[in-house]
Amino acid sequence: MNEREAILARIREALTLTAGKPGAHGGGPGHHEPAVSPGPGSARQWLPVVGDSFEERIALFRANSAELKTDFYLLNTREELAKLLVELRDIEGWQRIGSHSGSLTQPACETLALPVCRTDGSYDVHELEKCDAGLTECDALIAQTGSVLVTSRSAGGRALSVLPPHHVVLARREQLLPDLPAAFELVKTKYSPNYPSFASLITGPSRTGDIERILVLGAHGPKKLTILCL
Amino acid sequence: MKSFVREFITQSRHVTQELRHRQLIQTALGKYEVKRDEKKAAFQNWPAARQAAAETKWEAINHLDQHLTDFARRLEARGTVVHWASTAETARDIILGIVRDSKARSIIKSKAMTAEEIHLNDALEHAGFEVVESDLGEYIVQLRKEAPYHIVFPAMHLTRGEISELFARELGSAPTESPEELTMIARRALRQKYITADVGITGANFAIAETGMISITENEGNARLTAALPKVMITLLGIEKILPRLEDLALFLPMLATAGAGQALTCYNSLYGGPRQPGESDGPEQYHVVLLDNRRTQLLADPEQRDALHCIRCGACLNVCPIYRNIGGHTYATTYSGPIGSVITPHLRGLQDWKHLSYASSLCGACTETCPVKIDLHHHLLQNRRNSARQKPSRTEKLTFKLAAVVMNRPRLYAIVKKMARLFQPLHKLVKGSRLDPAYAWTQTRDLPTVPDQSFKDWWRTRA
Repeated sequence: MNEREAILARIREALTLTAGKPGAHGGGPGHHEPAVSPGPGSARQWLPVVGDSFEERIALFRANSAELKTDFYLLNTREELAKLLVELRDIEGWQRIGSHSGSLTQPACETLALPVCRTDGSYDVHELEKCDAGLTECDALIAQTGSVLVTSRSAGGRALSVLPPHHVVLARREQLLPDLPAAFELVKTKYSPNYPSFASLITGPSRTGDIERILVLGAHGPKKLTILCL
Repeated sequence: MKSFVREFITQSRHVTQELRHRQLIQTALGKYEVKRDEKKAAFQNWPAARQAAAETKWEAINHLDQHLTDFARRLEARGTVVHWASTAETARDIILGIVRDSKARSIIKSKAMTAEEIHLNDALEHAGFEVVESDLGEYIVQLRKEAPYHIVFPAMHLTRGEISELFARELGSAPTESPEELTMIARRALRQKYITADVGITGANFAIAETGMISITENEGNARLTAALPKVMITLLGIEKILPRLEDLALFLPMLATAGAGQALTCYNSLYGGPRQPGESDGPEQYHVVLLDNRRTQLLADPEQRDALHCIRCGACLNVCPIYRNIGGHTYATTYSGPIGSVITPHLRGLQDWKHLSYASSLCGACTETCPVKIDLHHHLLQNRRNSARQKPSRTEKLTFKLAAVVMNRPRLYAIVKKMARLFQPLHKLVKGSRLDPAYAWTQTRDLPTVPDQSFKDWWRTRA
């Protein structure tokens, strides 16, 4: 019998005995809470409240971003977006950037007029490491948590959104989702059964509290996260 | 065998008296408590969320065979090699084999308690490979050649001064009191390691049966880099990490973050479902997933304590435990410390050797109350006590109860014993608290109640 069969056999043997349902402390009565039977989308009723209108949701996203130290900008025109990007480039003195092809990233790269390390196909990781910023698109923004949902398909692979010291996300208003259940629903409807090999919910810039529980930004990933939403 | 207990008692006594340790724990966990309560309050219904999480894990664990086969099949369908390991030794051999086959020299690792459990780093280093821990806290304790102090906060027991000294000694950096500068020193030291490493090893927080993906929760981005850059990626996880559906994460990710670190959501929650796929620009060429049993099936076979496998390793029970807060993480001398460690270590490493951990508890139940998946922790501590006594009864205890029964059943004999006690009690003062005292275990730190001059029975008889 191989290892797989041996482990599965032990599991099946163990499961011939039934375990009590959770919530009944010490097996005794009195503490049992009514079953809540988790079903599709049911987490929504217990998770933090999210408003129904776009305005409420964007306000929540903005508030969450502020707490997470994400720089969030809601922009009205492509011109505003271009202007802000140029400002960022000049203030931080970007010399080169990493990016991937996309309907938002393409014009952004042209505006910036800097050398670009493209991660659409194979690329040199040493080149990407030298970039001052990584410009990506995303799958969704999540109001409830202030998160950005990226996948290896929507955001130029696995490394572009984590290796450069500044991650700049270009998003559209329609991409704003209310909550986490909606985000996982989107992953399923958009990609199933051919899922990308990587997906991530990015919630603020990289951080650590490992030294005396004091918050430091930019532990290993980006020190800055900027979200520009058209 | 006895040495585990003796070491535990000596260490406990030492650490509880250390003021510096108390101070560090108070600061670290005090901050945690404030944030945790704030984030819990943001939930519309935290108690119902806990119940739902407990039921979801119950579903997963009580149909583990089905979920595990689904998980493995879906991963394999997209080019992942899935390995099964009954023991720690098998798991180490599998990983060593993969590392050797890939002709690797250096290995980058992100935090994995399962790797601590099987002593993976020792095995890899012994075989001549360089392994670098990339989580900042883990990196610090690795440089100190120590085990992590806490499941979630590995370097919680160190001050910035100590870390600065450590970095100066090991990395040649200039001393600094700033946590930010210290973090940047580690960041610089590790950057090149990611790029040059041939193999990346990660753990996993969840395994999604429905889609064949693993989920990793982290704040720093080190696991993301570990999974992005090396050409071979290995994930080691316990078989109990299963969640049935992708959407279960919508509940489990915020609960893990809230209970574990007082965050609404951890910075990076990433899903990995295979090696680099056609059309993708990066990611490993090979992806290996190692499923570890290591006596988890033995715990599964105990329906009374099976729910201990629901644990999502958030560390919340450690943070609220009066024992953990007094004796600290290293005193346990186990991979998993705190209440959950006291419950599962006897199953994983032998009841008689590790039963003392179940006795080192006030049974206050703070752990059970805080657990986000409602594991019945403090009752399990009691059950461990019962099981150990049943398996190996204590002769002294048996004899004591037998003698007591003899005395209690004979009123005359009882009266004599009472008189003797009154007579000899003044003499007790001479030896009280010393090694000669028969009640030393009690009297070294406490008073023995005095036998009153008159018992109730005597008073009743003589009342006017």
